[in-house]
Amino acid sequence: MTEQNLVEKSGTASQLSLGFNQGLSAPAIGSNSSVGKKIASTKSKPVEGNGKKMRTRATAESMAKQQREISVSEFFAKNRHLLGFDNKRKALLTTVKEAVDNSLDACEEAGILPEIEIWVKQTDSDRFSVRIRDNGPGIVKNQIPNVFGKLLYGSKFHRLKMSRGQQGIGISAAGMYGLITTGKPIRIVSRTSSRAAAHLYKLAIDTKKNRPDIIKDETIEVDFAHGTEVTIELVASYNKGRQSVDEYIELTAIANPHATFVFHPPVGSTLNLPRGIEELPEETKEIKPHPYGIELGTMMKMVKETSAKKLGAFLTSEFSQVSLTVAKSVCHKAGVTSATWVNGLTPPVVEKLYKVLQETKLRAPSTNCLSPMGAEAILTGLLKGIKAEFYTASTRPPSVYRGNPFQIEVGLAYGGDLGRDKHDEDHNEQNGKHEPAQARVIRFANRVPLLYQQSSCCTFKSVLETRWTNYTIPQSSGALPRGPLVILVHMASVWVPFISEGKEAIADYDEIRKEIKLGISECARRLGTLLKRKKKKSDFTKRRDVFTRYIDEVVEATRSITTFNKEDFRKSLIVLSQNYTAAADMEFDEHGRVVKKAKPGNDLGLENTVVVNRDEETPPSQALFEDDAPNKKVKSKTTKAKKRKRKRTS
Amino acid sequence: MARSASKTTQSSKKTKRDNKRSGAHTKAQLEKLALSIVKMAEREQDPAIAIPTRSLSNVSYNEKTRHVEMGDNKQSRNFFNYGQAKRFMQTMLVGSKCKDLIEMGKTASIRQIYYMSKHTIKGTKEKTFDDQSESDPIIEDLEVAIDTLREELHVFASNRGNLAGPITLVDDGNTLDCSAMGSAGYAVPSICEPDMIQFKKCKAKFILHVEKDTVWRRFHEDRFWQTHDCIISHGGGQPARGMRRLLRRMHEELKLPVFVLLDNDPWGYYIYSVIKHGSINLAYESRRMAVPDAKFIGVSSFDYDRCGMSDDVKIELDANDVKRAKQIANYAWFANKRPWQKEIKKMISNGFKMEVEAMISKNLSYLTEEYVPMKLKDKKQWLD
Repeated sequence: MTEQNLVEKSGTASQLSLGFNQGLSAPAIGSNSSVGKKIASTKSKPVEGNGKKMRTRATAESMAKQQREISVSEFFAKNRHLLGFDNKRKALLTTVKEAVDNSLDACEEAGILPEIEIWVKQTDSDRFSVRIRDNGPGIVKNQIPNVFGKLLYGSKFHRLKMSRGQQGIGISAAGMYGLITTGKPIRIVSRTSSRAAAHLYKLAIDTKKNRPDIIKDETIEVDFAHGTEVTIELVASYNKGRQSVDEYIELTAIANPHATFVFHPPVGSTLNLPRGIEELPEETKEIKPHPYGIELGTMMKMVKETSAKKLGAFLTSEFSQVSLTVAKSVCHKAGVTSATWVNGLTPPVVEKLYKVLQETKLRAPSTNCLSPMGAEAILTGLLKGIKAEFYTASTRPPSVYRGNPFQIEVGLAYGGDLGRDKHDEDHNEQNGKHEPAQARVIRFANRVPLLYQQSSCCTFKSVLETRWTNYTIPQSSGALPRGPLVILVHMASVWVPFISEGKEAIADYDEIRKEIKLGISECARRLGTLLKRKKKKSDFTKRRDVFTRYIDEVVEATRSITTFNKEDFRKSLIVLSQNYTAAADMEFDEHGRVVKKAKPGNDLGLENTVVVNRDEETPPSQALFEDDAPNKKVKSKTTKAKKRKRKRTS
Repeated sequence: MARSASKTTQSSKKTKRDNKRSGAHTKAQLEKLALSIVKMAEREQDPAIAIPTRSLSNVSYNEKTRHVEMGDNKQSRNFFNYGQAKRFMQTMLVGSKCKDLIEMGKTASIRQIYYMSKHTIKGTKEKTFDDQSESDPIIEDLEVAIDTLREELHVFASNRGNLAGPITLVDDGNTLDCSAMGSAGYAVPSICEPDMIQFKKCKAKFILHVEKDTVWRRFHEDRFWQTHDCIISHGGGQPARGMRRLLRRMHEELKLPVFVLLDNDPWGYYIYSVIKHGSINLAYESRRMAVPDAKFIGVSSFDYDRCGMSDDVKIELDANDVKRAKQIANYAWFANKRPWQKEIKKMISNGFKMEVEAMISKNLSYLTEEYVPMKLKDKKQWLD
């Protein structure tokens, strides 16, 4: 399926026709649209460049009559499943997701701490109105119709930069879906500053021409200083549970602890998820493509479009990690010079250049374009969203797949309320077994939660391939580990290789899988250490229990044999029992290491000598990052520094 | 520690033990043990009781005395050891109960000790002892730990073993004629110390000890002791301490030779070895109980051919029997005796074992009227 990403990557009309072919072979789901304009089927009509010879006895002329351009919007109107609108339930999720992704991207780019409010209202038995408002920078009036009313229009496609959205399809596709299913146009209100007026637009999409139809355009009064509000009405269904809007928002809040979310579901109470950190993620930089990551066709297009005049300048300015020296040697090997005019290059020469570039040893792309969440943010997010006992996180050093820099982060949450989940219990009863439920994998790509196609995802495969039993966590072969465990995997990259436009699963590249597995192992090792320590602790607690139980018996029996100071004897036995079972008093930090604690003194009173560590209340996540936090289970003050250190050493 | 002190004074131990010791001595030993534990706790040491190891690894065969003797290996029973804590506590409990017995001047059976020490630990549902099998070895541990004997701890086992014959003895003040004790004979008590049992009159010339009750009944019914002027006894399998102590005293004080008649199997060999040299488990008692001059008269592996037995008496040896036989052959006190090595080898090559009752298969009186008299007459057939 990675083909499609290659497609996306180069992203021009020629690639779209490739996507089109795939679309054709897929069953036409949802083509029974009531409102959307039915587009002439092209099934029996060969398309230029398709290459397939039909057996119909049509003349070139008769065929030519049927051959015409297909607009992107038309294509996606027919193949909505490619964008995540396969069913009603998913349509609702995808709509919310696209809008929220855009809002987060916009806020972060503008340096604003995101505050996002989401309303989902039921307007009919299977109709919902989705409204998403952010406090972002707003959108300039002229651009509103294009951004929301045109597919493949956006700021993010033509650059290599880490962001949530990639293609510029999402929100307009959601609007189009709404339009097709309910006939209701997409409603946008945007305001760029408190001094500017807010604009209200109602837009429909002309699917044939891939062009917005402006239905309404006016200035209105709003109660927010800046930001954008999108309302889409669509045929959908609302459920709670896995793969729901609720889950999406909860997971998004975990991956974006700097953002505040307020969700008003159609039924039930409002979900308030305040931010956990007051810092925006580091801004990401845009990079030029790395020669290893491009296709020949893309390079040819770049040759055509570049503003550079000479080959040397072209190579050094349009690619990353190509220095003048490298450019010269590449040109030389390809039989040209760096002074050759770019517009004089023939395709065979470009191909030669391309081949030489692929064979040349180049430095890996720079990785400062990546903004990983960071261990601290992951911990904050997990703490906020998951009631566990043990949390750990790890940020891998950046790595590269096919010329694209990426970075993997892994977080684990273990124990606590996990596994006491109602859902998991039901699951167990159904199985009739008492073994713990399987671990839950939560996946993120550029901070966007991935909810579908788990089993095709590279992250999921990496979890399966990890030998969890090495870390004392049970796992049947080929299955997820079992236990009160949540595994978070985040991939940050300028280009996340999704296996489809619906952005549901990460493609399985060896480099990516390797990094994920390393990240998981690192976290699992800490968890394993903790579990072993905990076992030791509980063993020693058991021991202390046994000793304590027998102390009185021994004291009484010994006392009945001979005379001595009973209390002194008892006290010294109790102190000894404390010392011999000191491991029972262990406490752990976030790496599962024992936190040094003063040994109980010999003057310890009798009353509280044997204390079994009782589970303490989970303190508010902020408190955990302060120095004098009472519970040091998660003490990630050091993680950031450590992360940087790792970066440097790698 | 009582034991560590005696470790260096091995030689003086014997004289000490031979002296008749009062309860006060045992009491003092117990107190010494208790105090040592208190001291260890005071010094912030893990309280421990050193218990001489009661296993084959810690016994040696003394060629001179022909006793199996206990070595100096000791196991430390620590309180702050998860696996030993409970047994440590149990040892102290049994110790305190023995001390009570000594003070009250009463004795208790090992089962009574079990009940005396058993109670629920305060604040829990756990019992100090779950089964008598837990307290019995604790008593033996305590004996060796404080270098004393069960009788001195005022503990006794249930009676096991009987005897009959022309001997008159005084048991706890009652004069008993063992030739007139009815069909069951005289039941040998657990404690056969001189202060309990004294010999008054004895016309017997030797002792025939058989393995178990059923065989003994055959001899008793046939009045073997009358026709041969002897004492017949049995220990119900491996003889308990009372029976062994009595055999030893009769042998020593009345100069009666002891002959043993046991099944032809590894178990029988071991019983013989226990009577003659002492047991591995109670090696510290050997010098009071072993009868090094005891002779094995049968049943020998060669008797199958010698007596022309029928196939029907054969009991096939299993792997365990063979293993055990080889083990016994390797015991230091068998290893250098060629007749015994031949005997054990013969049994293994026979591939079968025989019970004493096998002799009855010929006819009911063959055992008492032909086989044993023949054996007693022919010294060459004895195994030493």
